[in-house]
Amino acid sequence: MKNPLDSLTQTIILGFLLTAGMVGLIHLIAS
Amino acid sequence: MPWHELVTYDWWARAGVPWLHAMAATMWLGYIWYFNFTHDPTVPKIPQEHRPGVVRYILPDALFWLRWSAVATVILGLVLAWMTHFLQCGLELGIGWHNAGETAIGIGMWLAILMAANVWFVIWPNQRRNLGFVPRIDARARARAARIAMLASRVNLMLSIPMLYGMTSARFY
Repeated sequence: MKNPLDSLTQTIILGFLLTAGMVGLIHLIAS
Repeated sequence: MPWHELVTYDWWARAGVPWLHAMAATMWLGYIWYFNFTHDPTVPKIPQEHRPGVVRYILPDALFWLRWSAVATVILGLVLAWMTHFLQCGLELGIGWHNAGETAIGIGMWLAILMAANVWFVIWPNQRRNLGFVPRIDARARARAARIAMLASRVNLMLSIPMLYGMTSARFY
Protein backbone atom coordinates (compact mmCIF):
# COMPACT_ATOMS: atom_id res chain seq x y z
CA MET A 1 0.00 0.00 0.00
CA LYS A 2 1.23 3.47 -0.85
CA ASN A 3 2.09 5.75 2.06
CA PRO A 4 -0.56 8.53 2.20
CA LEU A 5 2.19 10.94 3.28
CA ASP A 6 3.70 10.61 -0.21
CA SER A 7 0.72 12.59 -1.47
CA LEU A 8 0.48 16.26 -0.50
CA THR A 9 -3.32 16.20 -0.93
CA GLN A 10 -3.75 13.12 1.24
CA THR A 11 -1.47 14.63 3.92
CA ILE A 12 -3.67 17.73 4.04
CA ILE A 13 -6.85 15.62 4.18
CA LEU A 14 -5.34 13.67 7.10
CA GLY A 15 -4.60 17.01 8.79
CA PHE A 16 -8.26 18.03 8.50
CA LEU A 17 -9.42 14.61 9.74
CA LEU A 18 -7.10 14.96 12.74
CA THR A 19 -8.61 18.40 13.37
CA ALA A 20 -12.11 16.88 13.38
CA GLY A 21 -10.91 14.30 15.91
CA MET A 22 -9.37 17.08 17.96
CA VAL A 23 -12.68 19.00 18.04
CA GLY A 24 -14.32 15.85 19.44
CA LEU A 25 -11.53 15.48 22.00
CA ILE A 26 -11.91 19.11 23.13
CA HIS A 27 -15.62 18.56 23.78
CA LEU A 28 -14.94 15.24 25.51
CA ILE A 29 -12.28 16.67 27.85
CA ALA A 30 -14.14 19.88 28.62
CA SER A 31 -17.54 18.30 29.26
CA MET B 1 -0.59 57.98 27.06
CA PRO B 2 3.17 58.51 27.44
CA TRP B 3 5.14 55.94 25.45
CA HIS B 4 6.84 54.40 28.50
CA GLU B 5 3.45 53.46 29.91
CA LEU B 6 2.87 51.28 26.87
CA VAL B 7 5.85 49.07 27.63
CA THR B 8 4.45 47.46 30.75
CA TYR B 9 4.08 43.82 31.82
CA ASP B 10 0.57 43.96 30.41
CA TRP B 11 1.89 45.23 27.08
CA TRP B 12 4.43 42.41 26.88
CA ALA B 13 1.86 39.79 27.91
CA ARG B 14 -0.92 40.91 25.60
CA ALA B 15 0.86 42.60 22.68
CA GLY B 16 4.67 42.31 22.62
CA VAL B 17 5.16 38.57 23.22
CA PRO B 18 2.12 37.50 21.12
CA TRP B 19 3.56 39.60 18.27
CA LEU B 20 7.05 38.06 18.54
CA HIS B 21 5.52 34.58 18.91
CA ALA B 22 3.37 35.08 15.79
CA MET B 23 6.40 36.29 13.79
CA ALA B 24 8.51 33.27 14.80
CA ALA B 25 5.57 30.92 14.10
CA THR B 26 4.98 32.50 10.68
CA MET B 27 8.61 31.88 9.78
CA TRP B 28 8.53 28.30 11.09
CA LEU B 29 5.28 27.33 9.37
CA GLY B 30 6.42 29.20 6.27
CA TYR B 31 9.44 26.90 6.07
CA ILE B 32 7.42 23.75 6.83
CA TRP B 33 4.95 24.63 4.10
CA TYR B 34 7.75 25.69 1.71
CA PHE B 35 9.41 22.28 2.11
CA ASN B 36 6.15 20.41 1.53
CA PHE B 37 4.54 22.56 -1.16
CA THR B 38 7.62 23.61 -3.14
CA HIS B 39 10.95 22.08 -2.17
CA ASP B 40 10.19 18.35 -1.89
CA PRO B 41 7.96 18.10 -5.00
CA THR B 42 10.31 20.27 -7.13
CA VAL B 43 13.78 18.90 -6.32
CA PRO B 44 13.25 15.57 -8.18
CA LYS B 45 12.36 17.58 -11.31
CA ILE B 46 15.59 19.64 -11.24
CA PRO B 47 18.18 18.46 -13.82
CA GLN B 48 21.02 16.59 -12.12
CA GLU B 49 23.61 19.27 -13.00
CA HIS B 50 21.64 21.94 -11.11
CA ARG B 51 20.93 19.87 -7.99
CA PRO B 52 24.16 20.79 -6.14
CA GLY B 53 22.96 24.40 -6.07
CA VAL B 54 19.91 23.36 -4.09
CA VAL B 55 21.61 20.78 -1.88
CA ARG B 56 24.71 22.84 -1.06
CA TYR B 57 23.22 26.30 -0.77
CA ILE B 58 19.43 26.47 -0.38
CA LEU B 59 18.75 23.34 1.70
CA PRO B 60 21.29 23.96 4.54
CA ASP B 61 20.14 27.58 4.82
CA ALA B 62 16.42 26.71 4.82
CA LEU B 63 17.05 24.00 7.44
CA PHE B 64 18.91 26.49 9.63
CA TRP B 65 15.91 28.85 9.72
CA LEU B 66 13.49 25.94 10.11
CA ARG B 67 15.32 24.68 13.23
CA TRP B 68 15.80 27.99 14.97
CA SER B 69 12.37 29.43 14.15
CA ALA B 70 10.93 26.23 15.72
CA VAL B 71 12.91 26.88 18.92
CA ALA B 72 11.95 30.57 18.98
CA THR B 73 8.26 29.77 18.42
CA VAL B 74 8.09 27.19 21.22
CA ILE B 75 10.07 29.30 23.73
CA LEU B 76 8.03 32.45 23.02
CA GLY B 77 4.81 30.41 23.19
CA LEU B 78 5.75 28.97 26.60
CA VAL B 79 6.78 32.43 27.85
CA LEU B 80 3.46 33.80 26.61
CA ALA B 81 1.50 31.02 28.35
CA TRP B 82 3.45 31.64 31.55
CA MET B 83 2.93 35.43 31.39
CA THR B 84 -0.81 35.02 30.86
CA HIS B 85 -1.08 32.42 33.67
CA PHE B 86 -2.26 29.41 31.69
CA LEU B 87 0.98 27.47 31.26
CA GLN B 88 0.08 24.73 33.74
CA CYS B 89 -3.57 24.54 32.71
CA GLY B 90 -2.60 24.40 29.02
CA LEU B 91 0.05 21.71 29.48
CA GLU B 92 -2.50 19.71 31.50
CA LEU B 93 -4.87 20.08 28.49
CA GLY B 94 -7.35 21.92 30.70
CA ILE B 95 -8.29 18.56 32.26
CA GLY B 96 -10.17 19.28 35.47
CA TRP B 97 -10.14 23.03 34.77
CA HIS B 98 -13.49 22.95 32.88
CA ASN B 99 -12.25 25.35 30.26
CA ALA B 100 -12.50 24.08 26.67
CA GLY B 101 -10.46 27.04 25.37
CA GLU B 102 -7.51 25.93 27.50
CA THR B 103 -7.99 22.37 26.21
CA ALA B 104 -7.91 23.60 22.60
CA ILE B 105 -4.78 25.70 23.07
CA GLY B 106 -3.21 22.99 25.27
CA ILE B 107 -3.55 20.40 22.49
CA GLY B 108 -2.10 23.01 20.10
CA MET B 109 0.85 23.53 22.49
CA TRP B 110 1.62 19.82 22.71
CA LEU B 111 1.32 19.38 18.94
CA ALA B 112 3.74 22.29 18.41
CA ILE B 113 6.20 20.81 20.94
CA LEU B 114 5.96 17.45 19.14
CA MET B 115 6.57 19.20 15.79
CA ALA B 116 9.63 21.03 17.14
CA ALA B 117 11.00 17.73 18.51
CA ASN B 118 10.38 16.20 15.08
CA VAL B 119 12.43 19.01 13.47
CA TRP B 120 15.37 18.61 15.85
CA PHE B 121 15.44 14.85 16.49
CA VAL B 122 14.16 13.32 13.24
CA ILE B 123 14.30 15.77 10.33
CA TRP B 124 17.63 17.43 11.16
CA PRO B 125 19.71 14.26 11.93
CA ASN B 126 18.40 12.66 8.72
CA GLN B 127 18.99 15.80 6.64
CA ARG B 128 22.56 15.92 8.01
CA ARG B 129 23.09 12.43 6.56
CA ASN B 130 21.37 13.42 3.33
CA LEU B 131 23.57 16.52 2.99
CA GLY B 132 26.74 14.52 3.57
CA PHE B 133 27.55 16.22 6.90
CA VAL B 134 27.94 12.78 8.48
CA PRO B 135 31.08 10.98 7.26
CA ARG B 136 31.25 7.37 6.00
CA ILE B 137 27.69 7.06 4.72
CA ASP B 138 26.95 5.31 1.43
CA ALA B 139 24.50 6.46 -1.24
CA ARG B 140 21.82 4.01 -0.07
CA ALA B 141 21.93 5.26 3.53
CA ARG B 142 21.79 8.84 2.26
CA ALA B 143 18.74 8.12 0.11
CA ARG B 144 17.07 6.40 3.07
CA ALA B 145 17.80 9.39 5.32
CA ALA B 146 16.34 11.75 2.70
CA ARG B 147 13.18 9.63 2.56
CA ILE B 148 12.77 9.61 6.38
CA ALA B 149 13.33 13.39 6.50
CA MET B 150 10.72 13.93 3.78
CA LEU B 151 8.11 11.77 5.55
CA ALA B 152 8.82 13.46 8.90
CA SER B 153 8.37 16.83 7.21
CA ARG B 154 5.01 15.61 5.86
CA VAL B 155 4.03 14.61 9.40
CA ASN B 156 4.75 18.20 10.49
CA LEU B 157 2.58 19.59 7.68
CA MET B 158 -0.22 17.25 8.75
CA LEU B 159 0.13 18.21 12.45
CA SER B 160 0.31 21.92 11.64
CA ILE B 161 -3.37 21.85 10.59
CA PRO B 162 -4.87 20.75 13.96
CA MET B 163 -2.12 22.67 15.81
CA LEU B 164 -3.21 25.95 14.20
CA TYR B 165 -6.84 25.12 14.95
CA GLY B 166 -5.96 24.72 18.63
CA MET B 167 -4.08 28.02 18.68
CA THR B 168 -6.71 30.05 16.83
CA SER B 169 -9.96 28.56 18.15
CA ALA B 170 -9.30 28.94 21.90
CA ARG B 171 -11.36 32.12 22.14
CA PHE B 172 -14.37 30.42 20.54
CA TYR B 173 -14.64 27.77 23.24
